[in-house]
Amino acid sequence: MKLFNQKLKVVNVGLESFTESLRDSGTEYIQCEFRPPLVSDYSLFEKMKKKLALIEKANKRALERIINSKPVLVGMGRARDVICGMNGNFLLHAGPPVEWRDMCGPMKGGIIGALIYEGMARNFGEAEKLAASGKIKFSPCHQHNAVGPMAGIISPSMPVFILKNKVYGNFSYATMNEGLGKVLRYGAYSSEVIKRLKWMENVLYPTLKKSIEEFGEIDLKNIVAQALHMGDEVHNRNRAATSLFYRVLAPRIAKTSDPETAASVLEFINGNDHFFLNLSMALSKASLDAARNVKNSSVLVAMARNGTEFGIQLSGTAGRWFTGPASIPDALYFAGFSKKDANPDIGDSAITETAGLGGFAIAASPAIVQFVGGKASDAMRYTRQMYEITVGENNVYQIPYLDFRGTPTGIDVVRVVEKGILPFIDTGVAHKKPGIGQVGAGVLSAPAEPFVGAFKYFVRTVLSG
Amino acid sequence: MIIKAEVKKGVYYDSVSLMQAARAASAVEEVAECSAVMGTRENKNILNLSGMLAPEAAAASDEDLLIVVKANNLDAASKALETVNSTLGKNKESDENVSGKRAFGLDNALKFLPNVNIAVVSVAGKYAGKLTEKCLDRNINVFLFSDNVSLKTEIMLKKKAEEKGLFLMGPDCGTSIINGVPLGFANVVRRGNIGIISAAGTGLQEVSTIISNEGAGISQAVGTGSRDIKKEVGGVTFLAGLSALKADNATEVVLLVSKPPDWPVMQKILKEAEGNKPVVAVFLGSDSRKYGGNIIYARTLEEGALKAAYLSMDGSDHKAKERIFDINTQVEKAAVAEARRKSKSHKYIRALYSGGTYAAEAQVIFSDLGIKTYSNVPLKKGNKLRSSLKLKENSVLDLGEDEFTVGRMHPMIDYSLRSKMIIEQAKDKSVSVILLDVVLGYGANMNPLTDLVPAIRESFKNNKGLSIVVSVCGTESDPQNRNRVTTGLRKEGVLVMPSNASATKLAAEILRYTFKKHRGKKHGRRLVVAGQRK
Repeated sequence: MKLFNQKLKVVNVGLESFTESLRDSGTEYIQCEFRPPLVSDYSLFEKMKKKLALIEKANKRALERIINSKPVLVGMGRARDVICGMNGNFLLHAGPPVEWRDMCGPMKGGIIGALIYEGMARNFGEAEKLAASGKIKFSPCHQHNAVGPMAGIISPSMPVFILKNKVYGNFSYATMNEGLGKVLRYGAYSSEVIKRLKWMENVLYPTLKKSIEEFGEIDLKNIVAQALHMGDEVHNRNRAATSLFYRVLAPRIAKTSDPETAASVLEFINGNDHFFLNLSMALSKASLDAARNVKNSSVLVAMARNGTEFGIQLSGTAGRWFTGPASIPDALYFAGFSKKDANPDIGDSAITETAGLGGFAIAASPAIVQFVGGKASDAMRYTRQMYEITVGENNVYQIPYLDFRGTPTGIDVVRVVEKGILPFIDTGVAHKKPGIGQVGAGVLSAPAEPFVGAFKYFVRTVLSG
Repeated sequence: MIIKAEVKKGVYYDSVSLMQAARAASAVEEVAECSAVMGTRENKNILNLSGMLAPEAAAASDEDLLIVVKANNLDAASKALETVNSTLGKNKESDENVSGKRAFGLDNALKFLPNVNIAVVSVAGKYAGKLTEKCLDRNINVFLFSDNVSLKTEIMLKKKAEEKGLFLMGPDCGTSIINGVPLGFANVVRRGNIGIISAAGTGLQEVSTIISNEGAGISQAVGTGSRDIKKEVGGVTFLAGLSALKADNATEVVLLVSKPPDWPVMQKILKEAEGNKPVVAVFLGSDSRKYGGNIIYARTLEEGALKAAYLSMDGSDHKAKERIFDINTQVEKAAVAEARRKSKSHKYIRALYSGGTYAAEAQVIFSDLGIKTYSNVPLKKGNKLRSSLKLKENSVLDLGEDEFTVGRMHPMIDYSLRSKMIIEQAKDKSVSVILLDVVLGYGANMNPLTDLVPAIRESFKNNKGLSIVVSVCGTESDPQNRNRVTTGLRKEGVLVMPSNASATKLAAEILRYTFKKHRGKKHGRRLVVAGQRK
């Protein structure tokens, strides 16, 4: 037995107290965190192992398409004119499909606000009646190459950014960010909300559209890569990215608008640290849509929540949603609010995590570590952990504190289920009642159920074909 | 009483963290009981039996964390739930403050620390098999602490280990000392030239500490798990260990400890024991005369340890006999003194053990001394206690048995259940002796005095003339420090003995001298001391 003549080098899996004797005796050891797989039926893993080479190859391909994508901002337009399948009766919303009766408070509030904004209803009562009447069609943004933060409502006349993926030719869309406080995306629908939306439509939109279209496309990927070096993870923190975007826009706007309009537009962007969020989401969406429909791939192309359910989509399972109840985030609450006021997780913004940003890149964003426990080391740990469930690393987005290692990118549902590690998501928290708005910001791990469902379906159908 | 439950989907914690959290929550005022478990079918059954399976809990799956509280009112229940959550949260936080490296997943860990040669595995039984197999596949020896690994899996894993020339210690292996490093529940002992193989966890701790306290030392101590010596498993680890110790230059004396092995395994052990290194064996409760072979047999763990110690120091076990004679003399003296304090009603011994091997050893010794005992783990079938909570006459209880440890921490760590039972037994005026073990070392309770002394004080208060006899398994170098513990116990009036065998003998002798006193006879039956049977 060779063991008796060797210096012990120990891996301790399980009870951490067993490392005390190792530490006291000066033995080299490593503590190994163990999580059981999310699925206890081992036969599914055995089945999958036989086709592992095939899956890995497909996943590599999906990852390549994600990281080689090059989305640029090419212009702006009204939703009904540019978004495929959008017409007068359509309202797009965040997350997987959901019926009016199952919608959460902020989602209902957003829809009511949108109907008032569109002039289809005059007040709350009318809007509610119309929404419940069946005359309005609700559809997930994700099914129309679009994404929306929180309630994620896109109505036909709303202006949207148009992004083009220059490598794969696909497009993506997102609205302009309204700022914090009482805003439509958090389910607020008061007159000040509608007024702001109208200003955005009538002043902000034409100004931005002109400045983009006259001076040409804007490289968003480059902005995100720089922002990660400046303390953003472009989900819960967009201050650097917004500033960089502002630097690109300012001279353009100055050249294309009258001074008063230019000042009001620039002030609006300057006053909203999250202005870039919708762009980082659309950028992520354009990259991930390019990786859809890779046969045998278990890589996620979407994670999204509608405030009731959390849904995911895989590259290799076409447009099928796998869902489970959305959970309430651990959050820092604004004064006067607590967890009791919080709505379950909501919004398409988890698209950033799906693309290797947000919670996956939180180690790049020490300024917001209060959300994850207050220490920079917590943020590092979360990012490190995410490498365990991703197919590879990003070639453009890097984390300075990890020696410029690429962010963990390409979430693999097989790895998630096998290792029992769930994706880590940064998020804002909406009040559960419509009309109140944001009450906090925080983090959460994705719920297990959608991943278990997706994994079982993937093994059963994709691999037997 | 109300029941309140919380189900956390897809949240996993190891059972020890969960039990600590549940324990903290049970201490909340007006809370009757709190349970924090993973939602497996077995756990749900247990909750159901105690009437705590709330409907939402019943719907939970294997991967969900269940927290259930039974309390007088909703407020208390909510407070308990909060306590569980915050305790679990704290555990997570303190994780960050632990020095040393950590990693997620085995392969990642092996990347961080290359050339790992042993894995210590203590995850839940149903995952332990797979994990152990993974380690063996990567040519890593395994110390498998987890229990609830199926016999079939154990056989498969041991076959694999044997083929690859690797050690698989366990499943259900409590302790080992490899190359001087204590693994699992182990004591800090002197290094030396005695190699130990043991299929009994507490047995290994008892012999290694006695050897160390006697001035000799340990080269290697290999735990095998209690099922290894069954014919189905074939003694794979026991035999591999024995063969490795024979080949090991640092080992000059070999000590074997186990319950009696199945005969086919015993035959192989006898064969493997041949050679020029002396082999001492304690096969607890066996009639070793029928075994023969090149083995020096011992009746008790103490006798085996002393024989190995003096073989290692003097080259002969002669002095071991002298030491046992001395100990017996002390036992007799103490027994005479104790008997003087007894009233006529003091008749019985109640042994409450945290170490399973001790419960077995005590029954062997009592039986040798002509004292009939009842037990929850009887050596003879007819002596089974009908209820483990209703002790009668002379009883020996193993509190480490599953019936006591499901959803609760092991009694070596958490003294609360045993303390309650000590107090209860002392109230019975027919109880003359309470016999206990206190196991020190890594993994065990770090504050044995604080946790045990209140029960001792209350017991003495309720039962004048009661004797409390305790053996303390440990060394001066253990984190709890044996000397401090024995001194503290003696201060309370406890009779502290150097071994479980001598403590058991003392209990028996107290009974005999009490009986003699009241019968007025000059001479009782002569004490049969260990070692004299052979």
